[in-house]
Amino acid sequence: MTATTLEKRQAGPRAAGPAPVRRGRRRGRLIALLFVFPALLLLGALVVYPVLFSVGRSFFDASGTRFVGGDNYAEMFRDPATLKAIRNTTIWVVVAPALLTGLGLILAVLVEKVRWATAFKLLLFMPMAVSFLAAGIIFRLAYDEDPDKGVLNAAVVSVHDAFKGTSTYPTARGRTGLLTQDRDGSYRTTASAGDSVTLPMVGVLPGDLPRDASPARTAAARKAGPGELRGVVYLDFTPGGGGEQGKVDPKESGLPGMKVEAERDGKTVASATTAADGSFRFAGLTAGPYTVKLPESNFAPPYQGVSWLGPALVTPAIIGAYLWIWTGFAMVLIGAGLSALPRDALEAARMDGANEWQIFRRITVPLLAPVLTVVFVTLVINVMKVFDLVYIIAPGPVQEDATVLATQMWLVSFGGGNDQGLGSALGVLLLLLVIPAMVFNVRRFRNSQR
Amino acid sequence: MNALRRSLGNGLVQAVLVVIGLVWLTPLAGLFLSSLRSSQDNAKGGWWTALSGPGQLSFDNYSALLKNAGMTQAFWNTVLISVPATTLVVVIAALAGYAFAWLDFPLREPLFLLVVALLVVPVQIGLLPVAKLFGALGLFGTIPGVVLFHVAYGLPFAVFLLRNYFAEMPKEMLEAARMDGGSEWRIFTRLVLPVGRPAIASLAIFQFLWVWNDMLVALLFADSSSQPLTVQLQSQIRQFGSNIDVLAPGAFLSLIVPVVVFFAFQRHFVQGVMAGSVK
Repeated sequence: MTATTLEKRQAGPRAAGPAPVRRGRRRGRLIALLFVFPALLLLGALVVYPVLFSVGRSFFDASGTRFVGGDNYAEMFRDPATLKAIRNTTIWVVVAPALLTGLGLILAVLVEKVRWATAFKLLLFMPMAVSFLAAGIIFRLAYDEDPDKGVLNAAVVSVHDAFKGTSTYPTARGRTGLLTQDRDGSYRTTASAGDSVTLPMVGVLPGDLPRDASPARTAAARKAGPGELRGVVYLDFTPGGGGEQGKVDPKESGLPGMKVEAERDGKTVASATTAADGSFRFAGLTAGPYTVKLPESNFAPPYQGVSWLGPALVTPAIIGAYLWIWTGFAMVLIGAGLSALPRDALEAARMDGANEWQIFRRITVPLLAPVLTVVFVTLVINVMKVFDLVYIIAPGPVQEDATVLATQMWLVSFGGGNDQGLGSALGVLLLLLVIPAMVFNVRRFRNSQR
Repeated sequence: MNALRRSLGNGLVQAVLVVIGLVWLTPLAGLFLSSLRSSQDNAKGGWWTALSGPGQLSFDNYSALLKNAGMTQAFWNTVLISVPATTLVVVIAALAGYAFAWLDFPLREPLFLLVVALLVVPVQIGLLPVAKLFGALGLFGTIPGVVLFHVAYGLPFAVFLLRNYFAEMPKEMLEAARMDGGSEWRIFTRLVLPVGRPAIASLAIFQFLWVWNDMLVALLFADSSSQPLTVQLQSQIRQFGSNIDVLAPGAFLSLIVPVVVFFAFQRHFVQGVMAGSVK
């Protein structure tokens, strides 16, 4: 098979060669060699020779003096740092190309339906022109943990607060000795049905006190009926001084919007929210003792968002930045394949009453398979070599949680590790990983020459 | 009814795409606005506060950057690396591409298959051996060293692209030129290069952006006096947070050149990237 391809390939151009005069031919060859010489020299000296050198070097120890056989390769799977790198690179390869190809496909199909498709494609493709370094700085900014600085956490926090609400009194504490604090941060006291209780709080910042809050004294004086449990939650602090601890003094304000629960035998039997004067009321209780509880949700510290660049999320976060860069590429390539699809096949299916989803699933995707493969393979190769983005986005202390083969190879060889044997072995591993792509390329090229 | 549903669906698609477009634009806008704010403002709150208080914005960070000798030097180094690395790749690959497409020499087929195979070789594997080689040749740490490395690792794609483009030229055209007694050199400069202009433009833009944006190669092969902008900025990333007034405008300066090139030559760039897929 090899022979036939080569013969066919040579037939064309060679026939176009110079007239078969022997001397002319030799001269022609000399000229041809002069044309290719610079390229071959550089490729030989700086690409082919280094590959061979690295393969050889990977069988020697750190200083390069002692032959160690496959030790460096065994070390790769023993050393926790390189193992981590192998694991992370695996995550990258499994997640990123599939995600990008899928996203690219969906967007390529959607964007065909709008009139400003070109503008959209340009916008999404533009990050391809941006360096990984600049993209890294862009996303270091966006992923900042402080919701006042990082745009992503600002968005997450505002969405969270919109749905879950913020706690009203993050700084409030129960008056010591009068209320018991549970381990989870909630406060409780005991009372029986028919009782009226007061729950004194301190430590509420003036800004946290709602505007509609009103004095609690009148409500505190109300008596509870049978089967009823009444009470007030109030700020046990008289502005300007005076007042007695644990007593509802005239100027002391109720704390509105506080959640209160009545518990019996560890089960919540009733719950209420305090009114503007801090009062609450449970009705229809059977006689007996209850625990009146202010759950910890009243005092929860404000939600701070997600620790994007912490050890747990750093790899997904960097993959997110990678999506920003490469989605446009996948979309444009798949879009080009899409516009080359036979229109009549799609039209015929539409005529037959197929809906958009069926057309997409049964016709578009199968016909696009070759393009999707090319996009996917390209992404796999590029994902394996990802370096700058990880190096820039992962903060120093998290660097080892985010490390991938390319960064690990760098660290081991040049960044302090100084073990060029292990470094070379990691380089060779990277090369081995792209060999399938190499075979794919050579095959594809040969097929295109038929 | 059906038309109504279709137009509703289309409205939804438009809305989704607008949201995605905004999501794509936001990080870049964030960088740009951050680059226009003082370090105190950046420490106090996010760049979006500038949307309601545009008084925060000024070009002070940029003028400080232009007065920073290290930064301006790094900017010129980037130019001094990118331009020769692009020119050399184009010239060397055009010569080789023409020879692979139309000239006869021993081992032509296996050598070209080797070029195709080299397309995916990761630069990482070349770092250490070439560093040793350059050390022996006195090229380590110099701009020519960085340039040569980029040229070598840009060549497989460049030769592949140009060979394929040149091979599509009509045979008759070349034969006619040869009949007229034109030398190969003359045919190359007068016929092949002009005909191959679209492919050469795509290659040049692609290679230029590649080299301009590189950090890894320069990180190893450039010393402090020859380092490009990417490496200069990278060296300050450790203090991230306290130096946004330097990093943000620096990053913007480093990305504005390729983005302008991209918008000016988008068609060529997209073609180059598409041809380079599976690289």
